[in-house]
Amino acid sequence: MNGVTLEAGLLLAAILFILGLISVLIRRNIIFMLISVEIMLNAAGLAFIVAGMHWAQPDGQVMFIFILTMAAAEVSVGLALILQLYHQLKTLDSDAASRMKG
Amino acid sequence: MELTFYIAAAVAILATIMVITRYNMIHALLYLVVSFLAISVVFFTLGAPFMAALEIIIYAGAIVVLIIFVIMMLNLNADSVKTEEEWLKPRIWVGPAILSLVLLAELIYIFTASDMPASTVAAVDAREVGIALYGPYMLGVQLCGMLLMAGIVGAYHLGRQKKKVIHRFLEKEAAQ
Amino acid sequence: MENLIWLIPALPLLGATLLILFGLRLPRVLVPVIGAGSVGISAVLTILLGIQFLSDGAAMYEQQVWQWFSVAGLSPGISFHVDALTLVFIFVITFVGFLIHLYSAEFMAEDADYSRFFASMNLFVCAMLVLVMADNLVLLYLGWEGVGLCSFLLIGFWYRELANGYAARKAFIITRVGDTAMAFALFLLFQHFGTLNIQEILTQAPQTWSVGSQTAVLVALLLVGGAVGKSAQLPLQTWLPDAMAGPSPVSALIHAATMVTAGVYLISRMYVLFELAPTAQMVVAFIGAATLLIAGFTALTQNDLKRVLAYSTISQIGYMFLALGVGAWSAAVFHFMIHAFFKALLFLGAGAVIMALHHEHDMFKMGGLRHKMPVVFWTFLIGSASLAAVPLISAGFYSKDQILWLGLAGERGSVILYIAALLGAFVTSIYTFRMVFITFFGEEKTHISHMPGFWMKMPLVVLAILSVIGGFIELPHNFAHFTLFTNYLEPVLPVIVIDEGLSTIEWIFQIVAAVVALAGIYIAYLFYLKKPELVQNVENSRFAMAMHRFWYSGWGFDALYDAVFVQPYVYLSKLNRNDAIDLIYTGFANLTQWLNSLFARTQTGMLRTYMLGVLVGALLIVTISLLL
Repeated sequence: MNGVTLEAGLLLAAILFILGLISVLIRRNIIFMLISVEIMLNAAGLAFIVAGMHWAQPDGQVMFIFILTMAAAEVSVGLALILQLYHQLKTLDSDAASRMKG
Repeated sequence: MELTFYIAAAVAILATIMVITRYNMIHALLYLVVSFLAISVVFFTLGAPFMAALEIIIYAGAIVVLIIFVIMMLNLNADSVKTEEEWLKPRIWVGPAILSLVLLAELIYIFTASDMPASTVAAVDAREVGIALYGPYMLGVQLCGMLLMAGIVGAYHLGRQKKKVIHRFLEKEAAQ
Repeated sequence: MENLIWLIPALPLLGATLLILFGLRLPRVLVPVIGAGSVGISAVLTILLGIQFLSDGAAMYEQQVWQWFSVAGLSPGISFHVDALTLVFIFVITFVGFLIHLYSAEFMAEDADYSRFFASMNLFVCAMLVLVMADNLVLLYLGWEGVGLCSFLLIGFWYRELANGYAARKAFIITRVGDTAMAFALFLLFQHFGTLNIQEILTQAPQTWSVGSQTAVLVALLLVGGAVGKSAQLPLQTWLPDAMAGPSPVSALIHAATMVTAGVYLISRMYVLFELAPTAQMVVAFIGAATLLIAGFTALTQNDLKRVLAYSTISQIGYMFLALGVGAWSAAVFHFMIHAFFKALLFLGAGAVIMALHHEHDMFKMGGLRHKMPVVFWTFLIGSASLAAVPLISAGFYSKDQILWLGLAGERGSVILYIAALLGAFVTSIYTFRMVFITFFGEEKTHISHMPGFWMKMPLVVLAILSVIGGFIELPHNFAHFTLFTNYLEPVLPVIVIDEGLSTIEWIFQIVAAVVALAGIYIAYLFYLKKPELVQNVENSRFAMAMHRFWYSGWGFDALYDAVFVQPYVYLSKLNRNDAIDLIYTGFANLTQWLNSLFARTQTGMLRTYMLGVLVGALLIVTISLLL
């Protein structure tokens, strides 16, 4: 149907995933970290879709739907946690929430 | 179609780079929307139009809007942009970035080195997805339902403003 | 009646249990009632059992109460075996024990730990009865260790004084040396016979081993080791004098009348093994002879009233060992019984004196008690006469004379043993009457504070009567030939074979023994009553004083053991104060702690470092999978 290859699709997913990963690693703002996690999840879903297309099977898209659901739930709980954290620490610095250190 | 894929891919990558380099959270979110839209185009070119629609509705719509709401509730101002700038020094991000790029290089090597059967993608329409979803993946759908339920309950529980917000064992420590 | 045998040890056990559980809540009056009562009922049962035993002529009674355990062919039962020998011991334990309990009811009346005392005493009586009634060696060993434990508890009864605790530990540890040897003997016996039932061993041993076989000698010697430890014979005698730290009734019951004679019981119970091992038997005889001399000379120099009695106990048990060693089994048991009577009497009398004089132990601070405490004096005098073997009127004369005679004329007797025993008898009468003269004659040196009451005098009188008439149940061959005791024991213990050539002149030796005893008394009289300046003369001689010091220290055994065993041990333990082996374990602990601190440091609480960890991990996994 079209000439998009598997390699190209997976490459795009990998690049997006790594960008999300870099962002998680370098950001201290916890909302930015949440956004980056969304990017990574999206990249993972992309990889599933590419693989599903490659074998012409619906399973890849089913997995994407599951990831989507999980991302929605994760963002709602995560944002509620961020609200609580901000309420308590008056900052969005993830390093400030280090009370559970060993 | 191939060209569309590459253009959309390039837009997605550029938009994502912009997301991760912004100091202003709202700007980052706008670039994020762009990135999601580009990825939905990628889905379309891959022959998954239904997923493209879901990507726009849920990622670009619901999730980003939720984050914007939270940012509005937190009432962030120009100071936050400045702190963000202070936090994002090259000294901090160079190391992790190099490590991540090494991982990327390895992934690229894996994708290109393996001799997978060279075939083009074929379209799978929403009907087939629906049959699969409510056929063999029925259990997964139900689990997703529970997950969303847990998400709702959890978000409600955590989002409540309680009078006693600190655990009683931590009260002493907080008082000091 | 024989179905009630189990009650004899069970009653004191019940008494001990009641006192241990409820002793502090019971009214004080009830404590001696339970303590002495349980032993008293046992004594009555024993006498009834003895009457039945004598009348129906049974060889033995057996009773299995229950199976104790059964492991790999060893299945000892809680089962009792009562024969003539056992009955003698049970009688002494319960009857003398009962008298001593009665005495203690008054003697200990003011002690705060009244119930603890009676609980330990009852437990001791129970353990001692188990020891002598056991039909297998495992149960015997249980009783053996039980009496050791009670001895430990009662020596250290007044544990608040450091020295008493030390004496208790000393007794416990030294007897443990002997007990270990005995345990080895038990292992060997089980290995060879596959059973530890005493009667089975006694019947099988002559079929398995020939006379003088090496294994038999080894087993017999190991048993002697156990007996030597328990009976305070050479070389494990040093604990008994220190054991006098306990209350006087304890010394009377445990360290004179019963427990210390457990070794005598063990050897006479296993006599078949000793007949198969003449070497071991000879060792027993010479241990006895050496011990009776060493202890006799030591007793000559002691100042402490109870220590004199302690050394005399060691010496008298030496006589019993000598008798066992020459094969005069019934003479040994006879002397055991008579000794139990008069030595319990002497200790109880000494206890009454010590109590009357504000717990004064030094004889030289006593004196003149003859008129103040007539009952104690006369009973003590009777006991002393028995100990010194005053001819004809005292029981001790008949039992000791028998040993002297059989030591010479018995099939395994010898002149050396006879001379040693004779010398011992001479020394015995000197130190006995030295003690009597110093304590009861002369001037009063300490004020009497507490006169013994009825419950203390009554046991003294009963024991004094027994110390006199006890001897008449066994008279010498040429003197009415009345051998009730030997006949009674004959089914259990063989009668000794006597050298016929000497029997015609037995009367010479009897006269010699009588003269020696009387000469000893006269010397004591001369030195300590008639001419005290003679003592001064002796004290002026340097040689005599050196001997005195040497004897006073118990022939230096304590110092010797201290130098040979205690000091090197203390030195080694000082060397290893930080416990080299322990370093390994602390090393493990430190390593674990170090690892913990290492991994705890990774828990920074920083989300980004965790994320970095995830990244590095992923990188590692991917890299490794690429490389492989």
